[in-house]
Amino acid sequence: MSVPASFYLTLSAVLFTIGAIGLLVRRNVLVMFMCVELMLNAANLAFVTFARELNDVAGQAAVFFVLVVAAAEVVVGLGIIVAIFRRRVGATADDIHVLKG
Amino acid sequence: MLHAAFLIPLFPLAGFAVLALAGRRLGNPVAGWLGTAMVAASFVVTVIVFAGLFQQAPAHRSFDQTWWTWFSVDRLHVTAGILVDPLSMTMALFVTGVSTLIHLYSIGYMEHDPQLPKFFLYMNLFVSSMLLLVLGGNLVMTFLGWEGVGVCSYFLIAFWFDRPSAASAGKKAMIFNRIGDAGFLVGMFLVYERTGSLQYTTVFSRLGHVSGASLTAIALLLFLGAVGKSAQLPLYPWLADAMEGPTPVSALIHAATMVTAGVYLMCRINPILFRAPDAAHTVAIIGAVTAFLGATIACAQNDVKKILAYSTISQLGYMFLAAGVGAYVAAIFLMLAHAFYKALLFLGAGSVIHAMNDEQNTKLMGGLRAVMPITWITFLVAWLAIGGVPPLAGFWAKGDVLLNAYGFSPWLYALGALTAVLTAYYIGRCYMLVFSGNARWVEARASGDGHGAVVSHASTPPASGHAQEEADTSNPNVSHERVSQRELHPHDPAWVMTVPLVVLAVCSFVGGIINLPFHPNLVFLERWLDPVVSRSLFNHHFGAGTQVLFACVDAALAVLGVGLAIALWRSAVDRPEVEPTFLQRAWFIDFGYDRLIARTSTVFAAFTSAVVENRVIDGAVNGVAGLFRSGGGVLRKVQTGYVRNYALGVMAGLVVLLAYVVSRSVS
Amino acid sequence: MIASLLGALVGSVASSGAFSIPHIDYTAILPELILIGGALLMLAAGALSVRHLPTFAYTVLSAAAGVAALVSGIVLWEKIHGKGRPFTAIAHALSIDGFSTAFVILSACVIIVSSFIADGYLRREGIAGPEYHALALLGASGAMFMAAANDFIVIFLGLEIMSIPLYVLAAMDQRRAESGEAGMKYFVLGAFSSAIFVYGIALTYGATGSTNLAQIAGYLANNVSTNDGLLLAGMGLVLVGFLFKIAAVPFHMWTPDVYQGAPTPATGYMAAIAKVGGFAALLRVFFSTFHSLTATWQPVLWVVAVLTLVLGAVLGLVQRNVKRMLAYSSINHAGFILLGLQAASASGISASLYYVFVYAFLVLGSFAIITVIGRRGDRDHAIESYRGLARSHPMLALAFAVLLLAQAGAPFTTGFLGKLYVVEAAVQSHSYALAVIAMLTGAVAAGFYLRVVFVMYGQGSGAGARADDGAGVGAGVGSAAVPGEALAGHPELAMASAPGGALEVAPGGAGGAVASGATATAGTLVAAPTEPDAGETAPAGAGGAPSPARALPFDLAPTTAVGIAVTVLFTVVLGIWPGPLFAFVHAASLLF
Repeated sequence: MSVPASFYLTLSAVLFTIGAIGLLVRRNVLVMFMCVELMLNAANLAFVTFARELNDVAGQAAVFFVLVVAAAEVVVGLGIIVAIFRRRVGATADDIHVLKG
Repeated sequence: MLHAAFLIPLFPLAGFAVLALAGRRLGNPVAGWLGTAMVAASFVVTVIVFAGLFQQAPAHRSFDQTWWTWFSVDRLHVTAGILVDPLSMTMALFVTGVSTLIHLYSIGYMEHDPQLPKFFLYMNLFVSSMLLLVLGGNLVMTFLGWEGVGVCSYFLIAFWFDRPSAASAGKKAMIFNRIGDAGFLVGMFLVYERTGSLQYTTVFSRLGHVSGASLTAIALLLFLGAVGKSAQLPLYPWLADAMEGPTPVSALIHAATMVTAGVYLMCRINPILFRAPDAAHTVAIIGAVTAFLGATIACAQNDVKKILAYSTISQLGYMFLAAGVGAYVAAIFLMLAHAFYKALLFLGAGSVIHAMNDEQNTKLMGGLRAVMPITWITFLVAWLAIGGVPPLAGFWAKGDVLLNAYGFSPWLYALGALTAVLTAYYIGRCYMLVFSGNARWVEARASGDGHGAVVSHASTPPASGHAQEEADTSNPNVSHERVSQRELHPHDPAWVMTVPLVVLAVCSFVGGIINLPFHPNLVFLERWLDPVVSRSLFNHHFGAGTQVLFACVDAALAVLGVGLAIALWRSAVDRPEVEPTFLQRAWFIDFGYDRLIARTSTVFAAFTSAVVENRVIDGAVNGVAGLFRSGGGVLRKVQTGYVRNYALGVMAGLVVLLAYVVSRSVS
Repeated sequence: MIASLLGALVGSVASSGAFSIPHIDYTAILPELILIGGALLMLAAGALSVRHLPTFAYTVLSAAAGVAALVSGIVLWEKIHGKGRPFTAIAHALSIDGFSTAFVILSACVIIVSSFIADGYLRREGIAGPEYHALALLGASGAMFMAAANDFIVIFLGLEIMSIPLYVLAAMDQRRAESGEAGMKYFVLGAFSSAIFVYGIALTYGATGSTNLAQIAGYLANNVSTNDGLLLAGMGLVLVGFLFKIAAVPFHMWTPDVYQGAPTPATGYMAAIAKVGGFAALLRVFFSTFHSLTATWQPVLWVVAVLTLVLGAVLGLVQRNVKRMLAYSSINHAGFILLGLQAASASGISASLYYVFVYAFLVLGSFAIITVIGRRGDRDHAIESYRGLARSHPMLALAFAVLLLAQAGAPFTTGFLGKLYVVEAAVQSHSYALAVIAMLTGAVAAGFYLRVVFVMYGQGSGAGARADDGAGVGAGVGSAAVPGEALAGHPELAMASAPGGALEVAPGGAGGAVASGATATAGTLVAAPTEPDAGETAPAGAGGAPSPARALPFDLAPTTAVGIAVTVLFTVVLGIWPGPLFAFVHAASLLF
């Protein structure tokens, strides 16, 4: 049984939207970051789907790059987050708003 | 060695840069010597280039030296570069030469002024601008120099800006020059519009395609610029007020060099004037009338610098007369001679003023012949030179101008001849009042003993030029007391000031040899300038007999003026019958300007300031500014500092954008 | 064992023919390799050296890497110029053309200048170690990759190589909480925008069947796809990713916070390099790849440009923190650069390229001066810190005035020419309304630039602050900013006293700036702080002497002074003599 490509793409769009909305509504920086990861993986899903549809490996290769970049982002992002929240209780993004205007 | 020409304006510019950066640290008098050295270096380079040009064949004595393309828009290509030809090099030679002497003189004259570095800063910038003006290879470069000398003139007139009269004189010069500059600018635009170029060489080669009316308009507009810069009717009053500046400035800028820029411009555009005879006639007539008017006013002034200022206006009128009738060589000849003897007169006057503790009223001088011999002798030479007594420089130069004027129109000649008598007379009057007669300053001191040792830097002049004469004539005691505030021991100044006097006196005496009319081999200047002006030169040949006759008449006129001055002023100090009020007040022209233009525009400006500016414009500007400010105040509230709000902004933008592209794809 | 397994795997893949290892032309990516190599060398040196190397050593290394990259970029430029046509490298993943090389050269210049500027800061704050310079080098290599990319995946990689170091640089100052906040905000929002960007790439890939820019352009040229929803959505998402990086409204909101919070030299570097990389890719993708969709994206950019111009100018007006003010100013500049792209013409691209060049130097120099004035601790950024600067540090004030006036668009500076060219391009493509709006916002923005100039050259009393505001805004709104006007508006320089004041003022005017700036900026900048008030007569104003609120002196390192001098000279010299840069930019946009 083959699942139509449109199903995958719809799933991908849903994942992307969930990630985006999650970023908007969640207060915890770590969770916000997880939402970004969700969005990146939505993109990966789309890439793979299109690659299969187009019968082209380039899309699948792209996924590797995105994964690597996502990993690099995680490393740096967690470093920054740890550096900031070392002196704080919890990791709530809304606590940090000295800069505004 | 011709390629060293670019160094000519560069040396004074370098002096300016050094003085601007380190002038204060160099201090007095090092800054002065530096400034002088830079101008002297420029003079040396000019001599070298001049000599190099002289060795070339006459046909090859003109070339453009392009430095770089300044700007290039569409068809308009303006290069930064200079035009080296006999005319520009002649100008550069006398500008650098006279400037060197006057810089040297200034070291002594400004000795006690704490602002000496600043003075030389402006002077060097002036010389650099003036050289750019005369050497400029296109109208834009000339205009750059033109504005440069204008602004330096403003700075230097208002050098002692703590005096209100000096500050207002500076502004007056600026405003009158602006009127002329507007003409120059529009003329320049018209030149480009009609010929498609601003490079002199290119413009002159394309004149054949330009209609006569356009050429007349161009010539008249550029002449308007020249009128402003060279203080001709009707834009002359600023020059008399410009005497508020230090005397070396008056000598350099307002006698020898800057004010002759207008004459230079007329000579430079001689191919245009040649094709626009109506414009040329206008130039000649305005020149002749100004010459006469200036001379009459000079006859009744008491302030020694005012006499010289009106004399300058008058002499410049002669030069325009010459340029207008097509006698460009005569114009340049007179310009050179005038540079020598008028600079000499000013520097002599400066020495006298220096010796008299900043007193400028000739009626309070007298008898200085005995105590200032060098100044006396040199001033006497200058008088005879400007008066046209043979064989001094003025005789030959003025004779050349008058001869050409006669060939053009006997009426202009008559006016010029009358002016020649007046010229010899008014400088003679000045000379007699200053150097002969009783030493009136001695009486003044005797009556004023016992005053405190309050030494003002300079006498406090009244608010404007004509008011000063009023004060001086109506209540001379005030001035007497001022003079007496310090002990007076007039004497010849130090060598830095006397050397320029002597050099200029020698030049004024023998300057005529550069263009003697007797034999075709002796007209050096004419042959030298021939490649530049030959095609537009006014060709009126007089026989040798006529020339000698005119020379005799000129000499007679000069002797008449000199004699008149001696006869009238040998023993008298006040002769109201030859000093009528309307001449003292300069035909009331300045007064008329003040009433008609200045007052009305002041009233208008007050109205616009109170109503238009404060209510309408300020209201609009402040309203708009307030609107932006309050708008910003509201908008900045969006910037809450919360990350998720920022993400919301991105998201909102994304959604709107996607909605738009989706709507595009559906339609 | 794993190694042998991997070897077998690679061997089998290679022999199967599904993959062919592309030929790698190392000369084509030499500038990038040099920067990355330099960064790695620095990190290795930092880790391996027994004793800490002095900061200056890293500065020298960083600048040397920058110079080497610059040289190799110029060699590349000559190569393209010699061939007369661009070429692609590494299996068409990179496009080496005049456009990319111009950005490579610019990135190298940015890294050279910024390492000089950062040196003074790092030593002042006592920050040892290679991290700052290494991160900066990596970021610049990312910008270079973005410029040279001929494939969406490479753009994405370049974007991340550029952005990740910037996140860290923003968060680097551990002693200021703002710095961490800036890093966090930049990171979260940057990652968010990257995800959007990648999703856009995925959709575009789905619609066109390739991530290669040339192939996408080829596909679009052969297929009528103006109403392909997938493609347009992909393009929109990609655009959002770019607009975020270049800080265009409404994707700009991170900018003021990050610029304010980040260490000041990092702000300058970030403002320069992020715009360089972002605009390099944005211009290429939208002008070249999505050319057939111009009718769709042009209105979007019109709206974005207007919003960016207006918001940048208006919000800059209400700031009291100079760093934050310049952040909004850089948003306004981004609007101007978008003007050139919106024109969608060759001259527009050329104008945008020119503007990016100009902007990079302006912003580097401006933030360098802010670094110096921020004093130790990097905290004094309120506009009050600038009061009376002209009297205490004339050369520094002069340099800042020149840079600010250039940003305001004063003639005889590169800033003026940049604005002129983009507006000209907008007019040529009949975007008259946009051109007018741009000029108006330029006038509004001049208000806040001039305010700083007024404060620097004004009297010492604090009460004048509000009056200065009014004057600055008034002058800005009333007309395009001209230095003469800025100074003429000031009472102490009234007409009557101008000759006396002229010696003091002359170097501040446009003309004087040439003379003094060209010859002595570097030398005197260094000397100025050691002898305050040297050669300056204090005007006898009612305000009296300035009272510096902080006792801490400025610490102007010679290296920073050199950096500032370079930017000022670039701005003034090429403003007066625009030929070379304009010719270079024009040639670069021709070899596209």
